[in-house]
Amino acid sequence: MERPAWAPQGIDLNVPSVSRMYDYYLGGSHNFEVDRETARQAIRAWPGLPKIMQANRAFMRRAIRFAVQEGITQFLDIGSGIPTFGNVHEVAHALDRSARVVYVDNDPVAVAHSRAVLEGDQRVAMVSADFRSPQDVLGSPETENLLDLDRPVVLMLVALLHFIEDRDEPRKCVAELARRLAPGSLLVLSHGSAEGGPPRDGGAALQEVYSAASAPLVIRSKAEIAQFFEEFEMVDPGLVALPRWRPDSPTEYEDPVVFSGFAGVGRKAGLAE
Amino acid sequence: MTSKDASEEHEKHTSPSPDGSGAADGEDGLRRFARIWSRTVYPATQTSLSRAELEDFLHPLAVRLGEALQTFPFSPAPGREVGEVLVNEAHCTSPEALPHILGVIESYLVLYAGTPDSVGVDEARSRCARLQHAIAAGFALAVRERTLAEQEALSRAALAAQTAVEEALHASETRFRAVFKDATIGIGIADMNGRLRDANGALARMFGHSEEEMRRRNINDWVHPDDAPDVWRLHRELAAGRRDHFRVEKPYQRPDGTVLWTNLTVSLLRDAEGEPRYQLALMEDITERRLLHLRLRYEATHDELTGLPNRTLFAERLDRILTPGNGVSRFGLCYLDIDGFKTVNDSLGHAVGDQLLVAVGERLQSCTTAPAHLVARIGGDEFAVLMSDPQGTEEVTCLARALLAALATPISLDGRELSVRASIGIVEGAAGELEPAEVLRSADITMYRAKDAGGNRYELADPDSEARAIDRHSLTNRLPAALERDEFFLEYQPLIRMSDGQVDGAEALVRWRHPVHGRLGPDRFIPLAEHTGLIVPLGRWVLEQAVAQTCTWAGGQPLRVNVNLSPRQLHHPDLVPDTIAVLEAAGVAPSSLCLEVTESALIGADEDELKPLWQLAEIGVDIALDDFGTGYSNLANLRKLPATTLKLDRSFTQGLQRHPADPVDLTFVEGIVSLAHALGLAVTVEGVETESQADQLRDLGCDTAQGWYYARPSSPGEFARDWATAG
Repeated sequence: MERPAWAPQGIDLNVPSVSRMYDYYLGGSHNFEVDRETARQAIRAWPGLPKIMQANRAFMRRAIRFAVQEGITQFLDIGSGIPTFGNVHEVAHALDRSARVVYVDNDPVAVAHSRAVLEGDQRVAMVSADFRSPQDVLGSPETENLLDLDRPVVLMLVALLHFIEDRDEPRKCVAELARRLAPGSLLVLSHGSAEGGPPRDGGAALQEVYSAASAPLVIRSKAEIAQFFEEFEMVDPGLVALPRWRPDSPTEYEDPVVFSGFAGVGRKAGLAE
Repeated sequence: MTSKDASEEHEKHTSPSPDGSGAADGEDGLRRFARIWSRTVYPATQTSLSRAELEDFLHPLAVRLGEALQTFPFSPAPGREVGEVLVNEAHCTSPEALPHILGVIESYLVLYAGTPDSVGVDEARSRCARLQHAIAAGFALAVRERTLAEQEALSRAALAAQTAVEEALHASETRFRAVFKDATIGIGIADMNGRLRDANGALARMFGHSEEEMRRRNINDWVHPDDAPDVWRLHRELAAGRRDHFRVEKPYQRPDGTVLWTNLTVSLLRDAEGEPRYQLALMEDITERRLLHLRLRYEATHDELTGLPNRTLFAERLDRILTPGNGVSRFGLCYLDIDGFKTVNDSLGHAVGDQLLVAVGERLQSCTTAPAHLVARIGGDEFAVLMSDPQGTEEVTCLARALLAALATPISLDGRELSVRASIGIVEGAAGELEPAEVLRSADITMYRAKDAGGNRYELADPDSEARAIDRHSLTNRLPAALERDEFFLEYQPLIRMSDGQVDGAEALVRWRHPVHGRLGPDRFIPLAEHTGLIVPLGRWVLEQAVAQTCTWAGGQPLRVNVNLSPRQLHHPDLVPDTIAVLEAAGVAPSSLCLEVTESALIGADEDELKPLWQLAEIGVDIALDDFGTGYSNLANLRKLPATTLKLDRSFTQGLQRHPADPVDLTFVEGIVSLAHALGLAVTVEGVETESQADQLRDLGCDTAQGWYYARPSSPGEFARDWATAG
């Protein structure tokens, strides 16, 4: 007999977690040796990986700033992982004290840690749900309490979709989320790719490393990544390498490795309130 | 990667100064220092600050370090704080970052902070070295504190997550338990030895046990005599791990003696290694549904009146018995039809007829004791008894005799004692040789053979007589072709006017010249034609022939001709226009035609149904009530009928053949004649065979007579020779 979907997943701390590996890349210590060992293998397979993560964090920060400048102060961050530093709510609150942030993750440890860190802040909430079940994300009490879906929301899918396989129909999930958002909402998205950076093996070695982790790595082409924006109109400068999205200092000093991976922001068409 | 960039920066900014302006003092110098520091450190941090922001962040730190160089008494403490801030706020947690941080301080701090006179260059360099030691210590301490804090936070989170999952699991178990406990479907889990480990309330209620009692049971003991043959084989396969599911309908014995019927689904539950661990049984109580199904099936296969198996069930059973390889080697069939049942129905009414059929069914059933014998009502007054594996022909004929004897004992119905006569056709033979349809045809032919031989007997099927036999089936099939090929012909019997012994008219009687069986009387094919509807074209043909024929007889006035009209013709919408058309085509006056309608055909007819007859009567066609006195006569009704003549049935005149005549019959006929005359109706008597009969009937006032005493039916030619000229 198969367990029904609503039965909870168990926790196996021996399986490397992609969120704890991410924390390790960013210099954090919210990780166990299995996470670090796998992360070290990943760095050997794709040297400079931590720099990509840093560029990704920097992009996220610039995108949040852009959103707040646009007057949007509700954030739905799916696949938020382990909070380290420079988290969405920190960046957003530095710009607008009233910003509201809902974090979503399916990793029970990430959820528990986030709840511990966020406790007491009424403007922020943590939802334990899976991107692949948009209903669970949008229908959670935290989302309903904190976000006004009749007004524009920033949907953040930062470094998330390359962990979602095609068979889970990520485009359909994005479309379903987009359908529920008010016109004027923004999609902030970044995604790993073998295009754009130094010549690689296409990411096969890195994928091999991730096959042992809590989620497989799906490396997509720029064209495939662009399809996630189907329900949105691209904001300038479109879908570009991570450092090239509205940089606030010249990009010539950047390590070439950070150009593998794409970032973009889209706006849902229609009349915003 | 980063070390290369760092060393380039390093070289680029080693003496002299990076912008060629040389070392500068104070604020301006430290701003430049911060810029160089930022460029070197940035690649080694994981900060999400931009380069410009990092530079802004580092500038105050540079100022503090610059002040420390110049402050009396010197304290390295600011270095420690700077090291801590770099870790905690700029997120320089990588040990790789430390050499970059210190390298820039070593090379440029003294240069850009400026050296006041109070502190000599050597002293400044010494202080710079001590500040670097302090920064390293502060950095190390902060990294250690941060690492420990994060590890502790992570452990707490992991623990919290575990607890949350366990609680969720517990909640899930509780929900599962609730599903199990409150399900209306019976659920049981047994180990591989069959011991029931858990049973829910629904299952216990179905079995009429407590849940506790259920847990002491072993499912292997639940054998029931009505188990489907393969249930336990399926179960053995499941227990051996060769099958994962099966679904059957299975009965169970309840402690109160009743039987529980279930829709049972059994699934095998395996452990993580794939070994069979438990058997899961889901049971749905279908006892009620099954009863309903059985009742519907019973209703579909049994005759409502007698409760006997009907034609459907009989056909199924016959089919099964005749199918080779079913374990039955021989079969015997008694096909029975009640003699003269129609008369009972007509004279005593359908209710009595039905009671008679019920009684016949009971009598027939009382003759068979073996469960392998099936007594069925095939339809109408036809019954069949089917035997599996009779010892031989003798056992079947023995049964046929027993059936006839059982019916011969008078049946008491509605105050009357009725002795039932029947004709039985017997077919006996080896299974697998004949098709069911062939067996039925053979039985039917044989049964009619018994009827033809006088009835109240049985006959055995035999191929020779069958080849000659005329069965209703083939006759029915041939009827349309017979009409096309002119196989029908008419004979005429005169009607004699009693007053003067002259011919008053003729009754047209139809015959069939069958190419194989020869001449057939109307009793053999008119009921078949009536049944299939061919009676309508056949009746019209008879009418045309008879009307045309009467014109050829006698010079002046055509002879009146009597033509029989069947119930189906009577209700045919074209009766009136067709009749008028025939008369007009022949140029014959309506008064030369008399249509004979049986009394039973008019029983219960309402005004609408009588309308065509009235229309015909109005234009002058005579209407005779045929077979008068055999039906359930309602004399009061006679006034409402358009009849002009009563034809008294031959049964009333039989008693007058004797000499002296039966006084009761005399009185009866006299009464009818006087009644008829009172109503303005003429009376015709049939079946006049003797002179004394003829005399009696004339004395009683009958108007016309018909019978062998005067003439048998004859061909038109003979009729013309003997009678037509006399008219």
